[in-house]
Amino acid sequence: MKNSILMEMLRYTRRSKSAMFGLFVICCFVFIAVAAPLIAPHNPLIQNLKGNLQPGFWASKGASFLGTDNFGRDILSRIIYGARISLTVGLVAVFIGVLLGMTAGVTAGFLGGWVDNLLMRIVDIMFSLPSILLAIVIVAILGRGLDKAMIAIGITYAPQIARVVRAQTIVVRNNEFIEAARAIGASSLRIMVVHVLPNILSVLIVYATLSIGSAILDAAALGFLGLGAQPPTPEWGAMLADGIHSITGGYWWVETFPGVAILFTVLGFNLLGDGLRDATDPRLRKNA
Amino acid sequence: MKYYVAKRAINVLFIVFAVSVIIFLLIRLAPGDPAITMAGEHASAVTLARMRTEWGLNKPLIVQYFVWLRHALRGDFGQSILTHQSVLVELVQRFPNTLELSIFAMTFATIIGVLAGIVSAVRRYSFFDYASMIVALFGVSMPVFWLAIILIMIFGIRLNLLPTGGRLGVMYSITPITHLYLLDSLLEFRFPAFLDALKHLILPSLALGTIPMAFVARITRSSMLDVMSQDYIRTARSKGLGEKAVIIKHALRNALIPILTAAGTEFAGLMGGAVLTETIFSWPGLGTYIVQAVSARDYPAVQGAVIFVALIVALVSLIVDIFYSYVDPRIRYE
Repeated sequence: MKNSILMEMLRYTRRSKSAMFGLFVICCFVFIAVAAPLIAPHNPLIQNLKGNLQPGFWASKGASFLGTDNFGRDILSRIIYGARISLTVGLVAVFIGVLLGMTAGVTAGFLGGWVDNLLMRIVDIMFSLPSILLAIVIVAILGRGLDKAMIAIGITYAPQIARVVRAQTIVVRNNEFIEAARAIGASSLRIMVVHVLPNILSVLIVYATLSIGSAILDAAALGFLGLGAQPPTPEWGAMLADGIHSITGGYWWVETFPGVAILFTVLGFNLLGDGLRDATDPRLRKNA
Repeated sequence: MKYYVAKRAINVLFIVFAVSVIIFLLIRLAPGDPAITMAGEHASAVTLARMRTEWGLNKPLIVQYFVWLRHALRGDFGQSILTHQSVLVELVQRFPNTLELSIFAMTFATIIGVLAGIVSAVRRYSFFDYASMIVALFGVSMPVFWLAIILIMIFGIRLNLLPTGGRLGVMYSITPITHLYLLDSLLEFRFPAFLDALKHLILPSLALGTIPMAFVARITRSSMLDVMSQDYIRTARSKGLGEKAVIIKHALRNALIPILTAAGTEFAGLMGGAVLTETIFSWPGLGTYIVQAVSARDYPAVQGAVIFVALIVALVSLIVDIFYSYVDPRIRYE
């Protein structure tokens, strides 16, 4: 049953041109991240103060394609290596969020009663703070750094996922096969893992995909505020923070390209996520 | 209705209380001596001793919390380590700055977002529909701080049209009455100051408003499309109503609930976006306050600010809830 739902979702998603374009963009960035040492023209960390703030291909003779930053590092190479960091942060943070949110959501939805009440209250409380602010506060307590930023972002994504999973679990819980499983003596834990989980997988995939984009944005924001990746790590948000003072001198390329990289990565995940969501909504399917 | 409002108001109190407990515990969990955490690393032994007795730091956690709560209910959130000012006083001073920016950004986001969404829905699959939905898609995918930087580079530096930081030029002064500069300058009929304050507002609110605008446009479009396929729209058309009346009186009114909900939840996101936007535009609001406090490990300030923001977000969502239970009576009887 789980396979038929998932396969159907994927079949409808494949018809959506925008979702496929999103997938294509994601694949490009994944390739860039994996092949970084092979395709990066320079070392992303080596400084060259004599050749700093040089323009790229648009000027007559650019030694580096997208120019260099205020330490003379090659911006293109830093963006290429940055893809590794942003994609990792996005995936790990969402994985943490899914793990926490799914556990809370399935437990709350399946058991109901006071467990449900307690968990949903916690979710309400976490929703009362803007996610980036919650992440900032968690980082303030855990300390700065990329690893802590990932944990912080993961925690802030859990409530959203918990709510969606809970709603879906309640729908699944009332099916006859759950009753059948209980009748043959399966434990609650076994029913949750073996029977409920596969049936909420499609919703989970949609939300996880949509969350990866926002997680990448939040990680960049933390990096920009100096709370995430620390210099000289070529993280896109931290690159924007590094170069912020060069804009007054008209060195626009330092601040433009890392942002474009963030924009397209997030766009890819948003397009794919939208496509997956539309494919799970039968009402939207008819119109498509 | 009264019962509904009272229930929601109690919920707001509960949430603020819970946030205060959590943030209190989190800060106590941070490694190090809580007295140093609260007074700063450079505090003298005398100050530290005073902190310990005043805030009951050598007592059990639960007692410490109630000591803290008693102070907090009197409006004493402690002193900022960075500025040695009362945290509450600083928050209250900075709040109007953030409020003015948020109102301006949200107004612009809602007006443009709703209009674009309606036109997109009515002229579905037209050039305008595709163009505005692509713009909206880019809007939700870009980092707000990067948009702010791009705006500064284009309008502030290249074209030199608009100021890129602060709230008011040095040559203008405004007597703070409401602390909302646009309003204050108008109250005193200082039009040059009004114009200058307005100029300072444009770039930050463009940056802050773009993401909510994109959300509002997308939701308005899908909500309008949903409503436009309903039977009562066909009825309205078949009884000979003009297209304008159908769209505005019949469709938009029914499409409004999801739009309002989105605008309400976007406000929480707006406070988050304000953290970044304010930092870039050196806007002296709550956002810059929080970033400075976190960077300096100024825990009393972080604690106060987080509770303050939670209260504001909860109040706004309360107001939105009351407002749409008024628009749509079905919500009250759930």
